[in-house]
Formats: sequence, structure tokens, C-alpha cells
Amino acid sequence: MIRFVSLRLLRALVTILAVMTFAFVVLRMSGDPAEVLLGPDVPQNVIDAFRKQWGLDAPLWQQYLSYLGAIFSGDFGLSMRDRSPAIDLVMERIPATLQLTIPALLLKLGIGIPAGIYAALHRDSALDRGVIFLAILGFTIPSFVMGLVLVLIFAVTLGVLPSGGIGTWQHAILPAITISIGGIGILARFSRSAMIEVLGQPYIRTASAKGVKWRDVVRGHALPNAAVPIVTIVGFMVGSLIAGAVVVETIFSWPGIGRLLIVSVSNRDLAVVQCILLLIAAVMVVSNLVVDLLYGWLDPRLRAQPAH
Amino acid sequence: MANLVEIRDLRVAFDGVPVLHGIDLDVRPGEALGLVGESGCGKSVTWLAALGLLPSKAKVSGTVTLGETDLSGAPQAKLEKVRGGRIAMIFQDPSSALNPVLKVGRQLCEALRLHRGLTGNDARREALRLMDMVGIPDARGRFSLYPHEFSGGQCQRLMIAMALAGEPDLLIADEPTTALDATIQAQILDLLARLRAEMNMAIVFISHDLGAVAQVCERVCVMYAGRIVEQGAVGLLFERPRHPYTRGLFDAIPRLHGPRTPLVPIPGTVPDPRNLPKGCAFQPRCAHARGFCQSERPDLLAQKDGRKLACAFPLPEGSEEVEREVRREGMLQ
Repeated sequence: MIRFVSLRLLRALVTILAVMTFAFVVLRMSGDPAEVLLGPDVPQNVIDAFRKQWGLDAPLWQQYLSYLGAIFSGDFGLSMRDRSPAIDLVMERIPATLQLTIPALLLKLGIGIPAGIYAALHRDSALDRGVIFLAILGFTIPSFVMGLVLVLIFAVTLGVLPSGGIGTWQHAILPAITISIGGIGILARFSRSAMIEVLGQPYIRTASAKGVKWRDVVRGHALPNAAVPIVTIVGFMVGSLIAGAVVVETIFSWPGIGRLLIVSVSNRDLAVVQCILLLIAAVMVVSNLVVDLLYGWLDPRLRAQPAH
Repeated sequence: MANLVEIRDLRVAFDGVPVLHGIDLDVRPGEALGLVGESGCGKSVTWLAALGLLPSKAKVSGTVTLGETDLSGAPQAKLEKVRGGRIAMIFQDPSSALNPVLKVGRQLCEALRLHRGLTGNDARREALRLMDMVGIPDARGRFSLYPHEFSGGQCQRLMIAMALAGEPDLLIADEPTTALDATIQAQILDLLARLRAEMNMAIVFISHDLGAVAQVCERVCVMYAGRIVEQGAVGLLFERPRHPYTRGLFDAIPRLHGPRTPLVPIPGTVPDPRNLPKGCAFQPRCAHARGFCQSERPDLLAQKDGRKLACAFPLPEGSEEVEREVRREGMLQ
């Protein structure tokens, strides 16, 4: 078990390092912050001074090493726009994003999984077909279309909900629903196929043959087995709690991480973008790690054998 | 003695395609009955249908009575009491028949709770006794292990222990040794024979392994394409098979004793249930078929020697060697 955990921890660290390196290199190769921030008609000596000030004149490898060194001492750099610490800018945006993504995640889990399981248990019925149809609809409609349609209906036509901005809890309803719809569709389809797969397994027939009530066969024998593939998808969704709202935040003018990311990328605000990407990677990696550990808990066959 | 189970005119259709065409079958208390036939002939379906274990798309008709209880069309609650309680079932691939994410002890205790109301330490004690009885070494130490930590043969022993938990009157063993090594097969067959004697329980042994059937059973039913074609005492059928299909099954297995003789396979394949031949279903593969067989289907009729037979032109009684020669020459030509 210790081997299992430490191997996965190591893998998680390597993944984060890879993301950091990639982001660092790509950001620096793809455009010059000096030109973007200072504008096109600035004299060369100003640009040079700006570069020197931010350390952009050093060779790439040297910048990279000092970046890594700073990260490990807890320094995420300063924003080039207002010289405030990048980490503070990012952290103050997190609650806003979570206000959308956590309710959205709960909607995904609370609607997607039961709908999928229900469909599997009533396979080929009209309701099953209905669930499949809605699920496909849900995850094929892009969120920017879905968001605009919802705004059109609930804000413009009916006038019952605000179309954008942050403030009351009503402001969060439309964006949260917009984020959740694709995930509900994915989870419904996934839970359905996982459950159908499990219901066809011989051990389900065994349980029925020994006299277990069908309801208990489903709860006690089928669900624990279907949980393994479902947890994979849920883990992915938890991983995108931070990064999953970029488009929707923009549509609804929601001041979260996603908006900050878009603004920072277009401004080449290197430290902020790097900080956000690092955060996204860390959340994704941690949730994957938790999923890996959950696998072992859910399915004893996946537990690494202890050394004999 | 009254029959333990009586099946009358049991018919099953999947999506409108009939796969079982009216099975009449009796199981007496304590007897060991073999059901033999090629894959897809309806051996397992018969019992899955009797216990209501087929998927809902299967259309089942006919009656199944267990003592005083009518199982056909019985409500689920009634069937749940019977399943694992009075009629238990074990299956072909024991490794996938046990739930992979539940500890074996828990799976055993579940059956004990359902059928004998045992919980907690009582259930655990009885589960350990059952594990001992079916020959799981170190039951105490392995109670909390998962199915993947047991070999195939041990999984089948666990399945048997689980089946015994409800102290059933009848154990349906659906190809219980097919997925196992030869030596393990023999152990499982011994175990079944021993438990049957100890617990005075009837066994229906579904298999295409005639040797295993001969070892375990007293009576045997040969099925072909959803019908019983020959039925009788094991000795009678094995020594003097009269249905050409029964005979074909024997000719297709190698003999350990006597001179080496070439195996005679049954030509052709099992017919598609959607497209059964007219007349006798076996007629296209039968060396003895005549015009009558192509148009009329023979009924399963009782014979003087106690067997039942569904063949218009059966093999003559007591002329085994001659017949064998004739068939072999026919094959060589």
C-alpha cells in the first residue's frame, strides 16, 4: 500500500513539473510581454529596460531555473500589470469560480448518475431512450450556445433571472446550470453503460440465484462494481473545478479564474498565467491521485499486491 | 415417491424465437439427474427459466412446481425465497460468478442471512463451517479475502458453500467443472457426490461432459435443439443409446480402454433456433434419417425398457458393435 501511494505521488509531482515547464516555455516562445504591455510605439530602450527589470533578457534556461527556485521557496512572482503578487490575484478569484463549479458538480452528480442508473435498469424503455437522447443533446451542445439560449429564455424573455454579473445567488443559477449540462449528459451516459455492463456479469445472476432481492442486487452487488468507471469520470470533473468555467465565466461576466486567465493570457502577464496553470495542474493531479486511491478502495483487484 | 420438481411443457422464446419447445422433466427427491447436450440446446435455459432468472425479454410459458409450490408466474418475493433456499444454483465460470468487490465471507453470510436468518457471529461461524465442509483450507484466515485471491477450483468450492447455505433440496450445477483443470474437475465432482449423499439433496448436473455425468448421475436427459430426445437411467443410455444423437455424443469422445478406434464426430452443426429444420431437428445430421424424419417430428415416448425416446427410426437394441461398424464405414466412404 505504501509503495502504491508513493509511486502515484511521485507520478503526480512529475506531471506537475511537466505542466510547469511546458507552460513556461510555450508562454515565452509565443509572444513578448513587453510589446503587449507597453504598446507598439515604445522606444527600444524602454523595452530593454522593461525586459531587464523582469529578467526577460536572461537566457531561457536561466529564467527557468530562477522560476523553479522561486516556486520552491513559495514565490509565484508578480503580475506585470500592477506588480501585485500573482498568487494573491489568483487566490482572490477562486471563491467566485467555486461558487459556480461546485453547485454545477453537485448537479452533475445528483442528476447524471441517477438518470444513467435508472436508464440502465429500464433498458430499452421509452424513458431509457429519453435519457440517452437528452444526454447526447446535453454534451453535444457547446456551453457558449447553451449559455446564450438560457439567457435568452430566462433573462431576456421571461426576465426571471439576471443575465450576467455577480451578486445574489440568483446570479449563479444560469452559469452553474450551463456548466453542469454537458457533465450531466456525460455522467448519465457513462453511468448507464457502466451499469449495463455490470448487470450482464455472472455474479449478478449468482446474487439473484441465491435469493437476493432485486433492489439489493442493484444496491449491494451492481453499484459497487459500476462505481469504478463512474469514479473515473467524476474525478475528472472534480479536477476541472478550477478550469472548467473559462467559457461560461466569460459569457456571464463572472469574475472568476477563467476570466483572469483569458485577460492574463492576452496581456502576456506571465507570472499570473503560470500561477493559474500550476494551480489547475495541481488540482487535476490531486483529484487523479484521489481517484487512484479510490480505485484501490473500490476494487480490491486493483490494489497492488503486498511484497511477499 | 412424489417428485421434488415437476416441469410441464416449459417453453421459452427470446425476441419471438423459440429456444425451448415444451420440456417435461421430473426431479425426484435426492436423485442426481444429468442434462446433456451441445451448447445452446437449452440445458441451462430450462433451469434459469424455472427459477425466473432469465432477462425480462424472454417469454416463458408452462408450469414448474416445487412440491406444493407453483413457481410459474409466481411473484418475485416467492421466487426469492425458493432461489438459494430450496433450489440453489452454481455456474460455469466460478471466478466471475463471485462478486469481485465483496469479501467471500460477506457473500456467504448474505446467503445465510437470507435463508436461515443468521447474522453476526452466528453467520460467521456457520460460514466457516461451510467453507471447511467444501474443503477450503484455512477458512478462518481466508474469510476476509476477495474472490480474486482464490483459485478457480476454490471459487467453485465457495460457490458450492454459498449454494449449501440455504440447505437446498435441489442443487442445479450448470457446467460446474467446464472452466476448471482436469484434476480440479475430478475433485469438484467428488465433492458434489459426497455433499449430495451427506445432505440428501437432489442434484441436476448440466454438462456436455458425458464422463462427468456418468460419474455423478443416476438418470440422464439428452437434449437437442430445445427438446429432450432421450431420457433414462445412466447405465441404460450409456451402454445402449438408441437415439442417433445420443449415440453420436458417445462416438465423439475418445475411449481409454479397448482398441484404438477413430473418433466419429457428429457431422454438421447445431441448427439455428430461428431456422430449425422441418420434422426432426436432428434429421439433417442423422445417418439414419429417412423421408418421414424430414416431414414429421417424433414425440418423446416411453419405451419398454424404461427409457423415453423421441426417434422414429431408433438404433436397434443390443446391436451396438454392428451399428458402430456401419457408421464408421459410412463415414469413411
